[in-house]
Amino acid sequence: MSQERRIGDVILNVENVSLSFGGVKALTNISFDVREGEIRAIIGPNGAGKSSMLNCINGFYKPTEGRITFKGESHAQMETHQAASQGIARTFQNIALFRGMTTLDNVMTGRNLKMKRNFLWQALYYGPAVKEELEHREAAERVIDFLEIESIRKTVVGRLPYGLQKRVELARALAAEPDMLLLDEPMAGMNHEEKEDMCRYILDVNEEFGTTIVLIEHDMSVVMDISDRVVVLDYGEKIADGEPDDVRANQRVIDAYLGVQHD
Amino acid sequence: MFYREAGQFKSTYQSDQAIFPIAQDRWFIALVLVVAYVGIPLIANEYWYQAVLIPFYVLALAAIGLNILTGYAGQVSLGTGAFMAVGAYATYKLSTAFPELNIVIVFIMSGFFTAAVGMIFGVPSLRIKGFYLAVATLAAQFFVLWVFNKVGWFYNFSPSGTITAPPREVFGVLVTGPRAEPIARYYVVLTFLVVFALAAKNMARGHIGRAWMAIRDMDIAAEIIGIRPLHTKILAFAISSFYCGVAGALYIFCWLGSAETEAFDILNISFPVLFMIIIGGLGSVLGSILGAGFITLLPIFLTNAPPMIGIHMGTELQKHIEEIIFGVMIIYFLIVEPAGFNRLWQIAKEKLRMWPFPY
Amino acid sequence: MEVLNTFLIAPFLDMADSPIFLLEVVIGGLMAGVMYSLVALGFVLIYKASGVFNYAQGAMVLFAALTLVGLMERHVPLILAIILTMAVMIGVAYLIERFMLRKLVNQAQIILFMATIGLNFVFEGTGQIAWGSNVKKLDIGIPDNSFEIGGILMSSFDLFAAVTAAILVAVLAVFFQKTAVGRALRAVADDHQAALSVGIPLKTIWVIVWSVAGFVALVAGIMWGGKAGVQFSLVLIALKALPVLILGGFESVPGAIIGGLLIGVFEKVSEVYWGPAFGGAIEGWFAYMAALVFLMFRPQGLFGEKIIERV
Repeated sequence: MSQERRIGDVILNVENVSLSFGGVKALTNISFDVREGEIRAIIGPNGAGKSSMLNCINGFYKPTEGRITFKGESHAQMETHQAASQGIARTFQNIALFRGMTTLDNVMTGRNLKMKRNFLWQALYYGPAVKEELEHREAAERVIDFLEIESIRKTVVGRLPYGLQKRVELARALAAEPDMLLLDEPMAGMNHEEKEDMCRYILDVNEEFGTTIVLIEHDMSVVMDISDRVVVLDYGEKIADGEPDDVRANQRVIDAYLGVQHD
Repeated sequence: MFYREAGQFKSTYQSDQAIFPIAQDRWFIALVLVVAYVGIPLIANEYWYQAVLIPFYVLALAAIGLNILTGYAGQVSLGTGAFMAVGAYATYKLSTAFPELNIVIVFIMSGFFTAAVGMIFGVPSLRIKGFYLAVATLAAQFFVLWVFNKVGWFYNFSPSGTITAPPREVFGVLVTGPRAEPIARYYVVLTFLVVFALAAKNMARGHIGRAWMAIRDMDIAAEIIGIRPLHTKILAFAISSFYCGVAGALYIFCWLGSAETEAFDILNISFPVLFMIIIGGLGSVLGSILGAGFITLLPIFLTNAPPMIGIHMGTELQKHIEEIIFGVMIIYFLIVEPAGFNRLWQIAKEKLRMWPFPY
Repeated sequence: MEVLNTFLIAPFLDMADSPIFLLEVVIGGLMAGVMYSLVALGFVLIYKASGVFNYAQGAMVLFAALTLVGLMERHVPLILAIILTMAVMIGVAYLIERFMLRKLVNQAQIILFMATIGLNFVFEGTGQIAWGSNVKKLDIGIPDNSFEIGGILMSSFDLFAAVTAAILVAVLAVFFQKTAVGRALRAVADDHQAALSVGIPLKTIWVIVWSVAGFVALVAGIMWGGKAGVQFSLVLIALKALPVLILGGFESVPGAIIGGLLIGVFEKVSEVYWGPAFGGAIEGWFAYMAALVFLMFRPQGLFGEKIIERV
C-alpha cells in the first residue's frame, strides 16, 4: 500500500490554540493539522505541554484561545464526553483503567457509548438487551484477539503487570472503533521488547483499521521510525513540524533536546 | 472435586455471559430458592418471621439499593433512611387515597416516587465527591424526616403522628396491616427480594453496571471515553432510591405495621444498611444479602446467647455489652476481611474448585 | 405575597426592629459555634494525620466527660480528675492505634470510617457501663451568671468557654507550627509514605494525634457537659459538627474554627428569625442544607484550594 493512498484529507485542524492555568501558560499559539490515516507524533522534552495539547484535543481542557476542528466540525469549547461520541479515543500517560473491573469489562466500557438499551431492558436481561450485549461482546472479543490478551480476559486489571495494563488500555480505546486515536506516551516505562510489541500494534491498528493516530512520546528514536509527520513542542511553543528526517535535522529541536539555554 | 467448571464448555458468548455460568452455581441457587419458598415456611414460627426473616429480607432489599449507589457507582450515601421513609410515606398516602389500588402496584409506584426524590438529591454528586457527598446526603436524611414530622398531610393528620398500614389483599390474601398472617407477609417480602435482586444483578452486569463501575473507579477516564457523569450518577441515585423506597414501604407495611419518622433514623437505618453492604461486600448483590443477614442476626444472637449459656444480667447492662460486642465485631471483621463476605464466598469457591489438590 | 413576606421581608424587619436582640442572638450563636468548632477540630486533627474520618469523635466527647464526672463523683479533686481523664484518653489512643489503625493501614477510607462507627459503639457501651447512663451534673466551679455589657446580655460561663477554646486553639497552633512533633504531624498529613521514608515514626504520631484529639474531646466535654449536663445526647453533637466540616474543609484547622462559628451564628439566627415561618425545629437540618448549597458553588470548601484535575 503506497503512502499516498493511505493518507487522506485533513481530519483534525488545530488553530492558534493557547492554554493557561491561572498565570501559567501551558500552550502558546499552537497550530498544526492531522490527516486522515496518518500517524502523527507530538514530541518534546518533559513539561513541553504535550499532554496538555492532547487534553485540549479531546475536550478535557478548554483552550483559552484558538479553535480545534475535527471532521469539519469546529469547537472552541466542548464537554469532555462529547469527544468520544465524535470518534476520538485515547490512552493515558499514567494508566487510567478501571482497576476494580476485569479486562473484558474494561474493553466493553469502550463500547458503552454504542449501547442504547435502557435500564429496564437491562434489568429484565431479555430480548434486545441480550442481543445488544452479545453483539458488543463479539466486537470486544475481536479487539481482545487482535491485541492477544485472551488469557487475561477475566482477570481484574488492578492485578495485571504494567505492560499488560497498557495493552488493555489500548484495547479499551480500540473497542470504541475510533476515527482518531490519541496515545499519551504508549511506550513509557516499557522494556525494549514491550516497546517493539507496542510499535507493532500501533502500526497494525493504523494499517488494518485505517485509524488516524496521534501519539506523544519524549523518546525520539521510537517515534521517528513509525510516524509520518512530527510536531515538536518546547515550553508550550511549537518549534518544528514536518517529516521525521527534517525534524531530526532541525537546529532548534536539537537545542531543545540537548538543553540549550532559552533567552 | 464436585465443584468444577472443567467439562462445561461454552460454545457461545451467550452462555459465557449467563448470570451463573457454572452449573453447580445454578443448582445451588435453585436449592436456596426451594428452601426459602418451601423449606422455611414448613418449620418457621411467628417469632422467626417477625424477628428474623422479614426484617432480614426487607433490609437486604435496601442494602441492594445502597450497594447500587455506593458499591457500584461509588457514591457514598448516609441518606438511606430518608429514601426508605419517602417510600413508606408515599405508600401510606397512595394506599389510603386509593384503597382499591392493588398494594403491589402501590409499592412499585412509591418506588418510582422515591426515585424522583433521589434524583433531586443526586444532583449535588456532580460537584461534590467522597465524604463531602456523604455528609451532603445527611442533609437529605434530616430534611426529609423533618418534613414528614412537620407536615400533617403526610400522616393524614393522625393525632399520634404515626402512619399505620391499612389492611390490603393480594389475590384475596391479606398481606398488610396488623391482621395479616406472617407467612403471607413473608412471601410478599421474599418475592420482592428475589425479583429485584435478579434485576439488580442484571443491571450490574450489563453496560449500565459497567458505566457505574467506571465512574466509581476513575471518573475522569470514564468521562473521556464517553460516559456522561451526570446521567450515570443520577441514574444510580434513581435506581438506588427506587430499591430503598420499595424496601421502606415493605418495612412499614409488611413488618412494623405502623411507625413514626424515628423508625427511619440515621442510627436505625442509614448506618446499619451501610454496615450491611460493607460487611457483605461493596459492589456485590449477593454480598448485600449476606451482609443484611449478618447485621440483622447479630443483635438477636447477642441478646439470646447469654441466657442460653446461663448468664443473666440487667437489661441496661446487657444492652451496653451488646453495643460493645457489636462494635468490636465490626472492627474485627473489617480488619480480617475488608472486602466482605462476598470475597470469602469467592475464596471458598476457588478452594472448592481446586479441592482436593491445594494448588 | 403572604409567603414571600414571612420568608423574605418579615425576618429582616424583625432584625432591624431590635439590633440589640439581633446582637444577642449572634453572640449566642458564636457561643454555640465555639462548641461546634471544638468538636470539628478533633475531627480535623485526626483526618489530617491519619486520613480517618473519625465518626467516634462525638462518643469520645461523651466518654471523656463521663470519665471526668465519674472520677469527681468519687471525690477526686477537679485538677487531678482532669489529669487522670487525660491519662485515660492517652491510653485509649494507644489502644486504638495498637488494635485498630495498625491493622487497617492502606485500607480504603470508607472501611476506616466504618471502623470508627464500630469504635463509636464501643465508646458508648464502655462509658455507660463504667460510669452509669443517667444524666449527670458537671460542676467545674464556673458560675453561669448573666451580666450586661453595653446593654447586651451575656453569660459568664459562655464567656469562659469561648476564652478557653481560643486558648486551646492558640496552643494547638503553636504546637503544630513550632514544635518538632507538630512538624512531623504535618509531614504525615501530607504524605504517609514520604514521612516514613524520612524516618518519622508513623505509629507514635498516630498515638499522639489521637491523644490530642482526646484532649480536645475532653475540653469540649467539659464545656458542653458543664452547660447541659453529661448525657448520652453529647454523642449527637458529632452530627452537628459535620456541616462545619464540609463548610470548612476536612483538612483545615482554621476552616474548622471559622466554619464552626459561622454555622453556630447561622443556625441561631435562622432558628430565631425563620424558625417560626417553617414551623420550628429546623436546626436539625438547616445547617446541612446551608453547607450543601455553599458546596455547590464552592466545592473545595472555605479554605481549600481550587482543584485542578489532571490525567
